[in-house]
Amino acid sequence: MHWIEGIVQGVLLGGLYAQYALGMALMFGVMKIVNVTHGDLVILLALIGISLADFTGIGPWGVLTTLVPVGAAIGWLLQRAVLNRVVGNDPLPSLIATFGLSIALQNAMLVVWSADTRSLSGGGLQQASIEIGPLFVGVLPVIVLICATVLTGGLDAVLRFTRYGRSLRAASADVEAAAMVGVNPKAVYAAATAIAVGILGFAATFQAMRSTVAPADGPFQLIYAFEAVIIGGLGSVWGAFTGAMILGISQAIGFRINPGFGILAGHIVFLAVLAIRPQGIFQRKS
Amino acid sequence: MTTLLSTHGLQAEYGDMRALHGIDFAVEPGETVALIGANGAGKSTLLSAIMGLLPVAVEMVKLDGKPVGGSLPHRMVQSGVAIVPEGRRLFAGMTVEENLQVASEHAAAPRGTAWTKERVYDLFPILREKARTPVENLSGGQQQMVSIGRGLLAQPRVLLCDEISLGLAPRVVREIYDVLPQVTAQGTALVLVEQDVGLAQRASQRLYCLLEGRVTLEGKSSDISRDDISAAYFGASHALD
Repeated sequence: MHWIEGIVQGVLLGGLYAQYALGMALMFGVMKIVNVTHGDLVILLALIGISLADFTGIGPWGVLTTLVPVGAAIGWLLQRAVLNRVVGNDPLPSLIATFGLSIALQNAMLVVWSADTRSLSGGGLQQASIEIGPLFVGVLPVIVLICATVLTGGLDAVLRFTRYGRSLRAASADVEAAAMVGVNPKAVYAAATAIAVGILGFAATFQAMRSTVAPADGPFQLIYAFEAVIIGGLGSVWGAFTGAMILGISQAIGFRINPGFGILAGHIVFLAVLAIRPQGIFQRKS
Repeated sequence: MTTLLSTHGLQAEYGDMRALHGIDFAVEPGETVALIGANGAGKSTLLSAIMGLLPVAVEMVKLDGKPVGGSLPHRMVQSGVAIVPEGRRLFAGMTVEENLQVASEHAAAPRGTAWTKERVYDLFPILREKARTPVENLSGGQQQMVSIGRGLLAQPRVLLCDEISLGLAPRVVREIYDVLPQVTAQGTALVLVEQDVGLAQRASQRLYCLLEGRVTLEGKSSDISRDDISAAYFGASHALD
């Protein structure tokens, strides 16, 4: 029972990590951009959401519906202003640019919000739980998991079945050839980053509700997103989802073994996957 | 009739190396023009420069007499210039149908009868059978057919074909070249970069021979003799031997 509970908690935690990982899978898989600001953007959106709730009194769902378009706008701007200048076959320029941006963003957030930890009130949602058989499961984590599943399925469907999805996959396969059939790569990229950061609007809202956030927390979120994407296999959204689940379960089981071991357990599983199956679980060998 | 596509003293560089030294080149609507020359003569570079894949000055490339040099590739497609690139460059991981669909979804506004997926399948019936096959599982010839289909679905007024016979069996080359008249029949001009000089001469109305980034011969394909071509192809010093 102890372990089943651990797995259930892990799956629920994985739901949150999946929301971090989807955007990264999209950016890394499609544009080969390693966006080091990924975690900082979660924190930035969370802090914006918390301040918004403080000033206007809107509830968590109001925050969520605001943060998603705000995130999309930030993503679009980020791609247009910065990342479109460094995107290319070499991942190093984007790594350096976003690394610098990450430091600047963390310090800017410190100036605006100070180093205090904050959280978003969910109006009792955080404490609510439902009884499933012998287990008590939090309502909020279940909502997070459902959102993550719907987002993953939705993104996968967009990539498979829409005009935009096809142009994105074409640009991902061969960006110059995509341009040669009329695809505007920079517009496709800007939309991809808008989607990626828009999804972080969900992650930010839920992260701020289930835990606390402070300006320097970004790098931790970045690591989880990165590990989930690597475990799952680059460029596959369901792979990122699965990777997030594996990471969440590893951490939850690790916490059961020893409260100090949880995060480390996740890292160990990540390293094990990297050693045994470096292309990730979902990626076919090419 | 205004010239459809032309270049004027076109110069282009790869890094510090100048690859094209002032090329004057023109294509009329519905015409098939061949570009021949040795490896490194600048044939592919010329197509890349026209397509906007290399930086060139705006006045150096004209479409319908309007300067368009250095426009981004997707803009050139929307203006009616498409390319079948060397090495085919298909979108791996996507099916034949999806590869074609990307092109038709970003095509120029068609003039006259539009190319449709069905018409491409009529040109190359094997592609209809393979519609749901990922392109990486096709043979080289079938991949080249997809690449040509993709170019046609961009609804071009001029289609630039870069070495479409390269690496293919003679039977497949014939199959591909046999459909080209159906393309030009509706007014689409073709520019063929071709290694096989005899094939280039037969398939085109006019040809240009390039040597070290310069045009060394230009004329009606049927009028040009083998000797003229070899002189232009290898340079005058060679011809004297």
